[in-house]
Amino acid sequence: MSTLEKHLQKYEVVIGLEIHAQLATQSKIFSWSSAAFGADPNTHTDPVCLGMPGTLPVLNHAAVDSAVRLGLAAGCKIRQRCRFSRKHYFYPDLPKGFQISQFDEPICDGGAITFRLRGEARSVRLVRIHLEEDAGKNLHAAAGVSFVDYNRAGVPLCEIVSEPDIRSAEEAAEYVRAVRALVRYLGICDGNMEEGSLRCDANVSLRLRGVQAYGTRTELKNMNSFKNVRDAIEHEIKRQAELLDRGERIIQETRLWDASRGITAAMRSKEQAHDYRYFPEPDLPPLVVDDAALAAARKSLPELPEDRFARYTIASGLSPQDAGVLVAEKEIAAYFDATVAAGAVPKRAANWVINEVLARVDDPRRLGDADLPIAPAALAELVALVEKGILSGKLGKDVFARMWTERRKAGDIIAAEGLAQVSDSGALEEACKRVVDANPDEAARFRGGKTQLMGFFVGAVMKETSGKANPKSVNEILRRLLGQG
Amino acid sequence: MAAIADGVRAGKLRARDVAAAYLDRIERFNHALGAYLLVDGEGALRQAAAVDSAVAAGRDPGPLAGVPLGVKDIFVTHGLETTCASKILRGFVPPFESTVTDRLGKAGAVTLGKVNMDEFAMGSSNENSARGLVRNPWSLQHIPGGSSGGSAAAVAASLCAGALGTDTGGSIRQPAAMCGVAGMKPTYGRVSRYGVVAFASSLDHPGPFGRTVEDVAALLEVMAGVDPLDATSIPAPVGAYRKAVQSGRGGGLKGLRLGVPEEYFQPGMDAEIEAAVRAALDDLGRAGAELLPVSLPHTKYAIATYYLICTAEASSNLARYDGVRYGLRAADAKSLEELYARTRGEGFGWEPKRRIMLGTYVLRAGYYEAYYGKALRVRRKIADDFTVAFTKCDAIVTPTSPVPAFRFGERMGDPLQMYLADIMTVAPNLAGIPALSQSCGFTKAGLPIGLQIIGPALGEEICFRVGGAYEARTDWHTRLPPEPATQTSSERAS
Repeated sequence: MSTLEKHLQKYEVVIGLEIHAQLATQSKIFSWSSAAFGADPNTHTDPVCLGMPGTLPVLNHAAVDSAVRLGLAAGCKIRQRCRFSRKHYFYPDLPKGFQISQFDEPICDGGAITFRLRGEARSVRLVRIHLEEDAGKNLHAAAGVSFVDYNRAGVPLCEIVSEPDIRSAEEAAEYVRAVRALVRYLGICDGNMEEGSLRCDANVSLRLRGVQAYGTRTELKNMNSFKNVRDAIEHEIKRQAELLDRGERIIQETRLWDASRGITAAMRSKEQAHDYRYFPEPDLPPLVVDDAALAAARKSLPELPEDRFARYTIASGLSPQDAGVLVAEKEIAAYFDATVAAGAVPKRAANWVINEVLARVDDPRRLGDADLPIAPAALAELVALVEKGILSGKLGKDVFARMWTERRKAGDIIAAEGLAQVSDSGALEEACKRVVDANPDEAARFRGGKTQLMGFFVGAVMKETSGKANPKSVNEILRRLLGQG
Repeated sequence: MAAIADGVRAGKLRARDVAAAYLDRIERFNHALGAYLLVDGEGALRQAAAVDSAVAAGRDPGPLAGVPLGVKDIFVTHGLETTCASKILRGFVPPFESTVTDRLGKAGAVTLGKVNMDEFAMGSSNENSARGLVRNPWSLQHIPGGSSGGSAAAVAASLCAGALGTDTGGSIRQPAAMCGVAGMKPTYGRVSRYGVVAFASSLDHPGPFGRTVEDVAALLEVMAGVDPLDATSIPAPVGAYRKAVQSGRGGGLKGLRLGVPEEYFQPGMDAEIEAAVRAALDDLGRAGAELLPVSLPHTKYAIATYYLICTAEASSNLARYDGVRYGLRAADAKSLEELYARTRGEGFGWEPKRRIMLGTYVLRAGYYEAYYGKALRVRRKIADDFTVAFTKCDAIVTPTSPVPAFRFGERMGDPLQMYLADIMTVAPNLAGIPALSQSCGFTKAGLPIGLQIIGPALGEEICFRVGGAYEARTDWHTRLPPEPATQTSSERAS
């Protein structure tokens, strides 16, 4: 039993997550600068997002639409009249000395994210989803010199706050994966954790099993991959368990995950009780989502991961494991759906997509690329050729490999190379006879009971036919010729 | 102002000559008054020349062709230093233009320069400027009023034909009254706040100054209107303000009911002011208006409510001055905290510091409901008082200030006493409704007295009609202050 498992026998871990999803709008939430990632520092700025004196925020309604769609997809109650508030603190990356956020009236209340943990259905309730503006980014040069890049300042964010419903590091990572899939299905966030378009903070506490009250929690930051989320929380569980075992108290603090050292470390030497002095943003009128906007948002929702999962497992009869892999990224699911739409049997298509296609791309999102070597229709053609027995499974894989590297269609490769499986009984009969005749000793031993020799004969026939023989037919013919048919 | 615009538009007057004449007056008298912080002679002459060439080319130069303006240093002007009379913004040259100054420029107005003010518009006496005080042209020993004291003094002393100010609790009307000119705080949202440095966002109202109410109306017609850059601006058509002035001047006030709120005529008010305002009410009655008493019972809470809201919002709005992006930065700070503390410590004057501290206190966790939340509820009641009153009357008439301009330093030691100078003006800001101040007499000592006309939301036209009718019957607005002694050449050299 690992140390972690030992701790978890004694303590129950309680985790709540705050996920910031950067909304993929064209412009910033309160001004006209581009919200795109990756430009040279401070080139995507304007007087408003730089907080220059006299500037005023004007709400970008595309950000509101995104938040409403996310809320509807997560089953939240949409607050049709809500307001923005100012959250105050001093930091160089915060141009106005306050962040425009939502406080007492978030745009979405409640809701839940559903997903599976090792095949088991899980549901994590949400407290709220609110809209806010992002801050800039401090860049620390050597010798105590720092610079600030305000390109990100004012980029719209949705903050998704969960209830403390999560009970393991693994579940936390799966929850983040599910949220990421959801925002990507909705097309409202690219979900790129490395670039920071999906960021997550975890509140972690332990309590003795059987105890109702929550323990003191710490907040973990700086986790920019699913693996980081998992590792950071596991490390924090161990750290807290050891402190509690020694009878020490947990200090409520913010801790940064240091992936290179594999530890969490306190962010500040002494705990600062922040007073954000929230008050309603006087420069913005109340935000109103009318019934028509709500109806339009509802109508615009695509098929979501969980619905797709249900369709795959129930209607298409896929295993939960396969369905899980396919729905994890909307590009995979779309590729799979297109393959099936082009005539492939769903179960076969799933095997090919999972075992062959996904094995050949570094990033599953590439399945959405138009220049992918094998388009869904081409894969469907190959799947059908194997299904009909025109290609053997092994040949099918070879053809797939060539399709991928040569960017040719299965039919073209087969026609050009004469690769079609030989199922013609006359030709096979001939080949089998030749093999049996050429190996009289083995034939005699087989007839004497050495049935393991069947493999030898099948292999020989395959060699004779350059692998094109249908193995099932070969088996039947050989058994008959060797007196077992 | 109309004479200038009409003359320039007709080609009888050159905008360049007008600008040059005003620049010359500024050169001669600003030294004594301190109204201008920055004179942009070159820019003004360039703008004027553009107006002249438009006229010469037969293009419409705009309704304010060649009208020279003084712009309160709270309006952001592209390429022209904007400091809000604060050390903390020293050297800030904005890369953008306020909506109001942009609209005025497009209408042919010429910006002569930036005028002085109380730092960040905080004050009622113009003694809080980091850039030196402004003197009242009627008496150099007296304050011009604040915070738009520079604007009012510049118009009174003819250092510009019109001026821009902002009014958060009376900062246009009170100095207008003390300097004997006209000024208006329009309905909240009627004029865009984009490019107006924020003091208290929900109370800040940009507005015009002029010698006459018609000048004020002409400026407001250009300034007003919805602005896509200000989400709080009102998408309602702009009224015919000059026409309203003319209708008041010509047709009188027959059929108009004017409310006189008892709460604004309490004992303790300066006797000369009360007499002048009572006389003005009689004039308005003679002009055909029906005068009737109205009650605004929550007026007594207005000052407290105002200071809770304005300090809370100010503490927030002034948080951006941190030395990181623009303006003053404390030298050689060893840490981030030190950078903030020293920059703000060195950059802000006493009044902004006092209000930041108060506002921070008001908003702190656990106190919000007791202070800010409660103030918002009382604010609603104050606004409701006006709504009820306006079911009985069309406009409300009061004094603008309970006292005439006081001497420098007289109230500096007592901020609470100073805050009371706003007592007649803050309620319309809390309610977001328009209010006009115009001259209605002088004290024996020769200091101007102001009359305030308060209208319902978007009721600017009613205020202008009353103001026009009053001006038609009186000549206070035609009186000019004595010219201050001109600067000697040796003084100029120093």
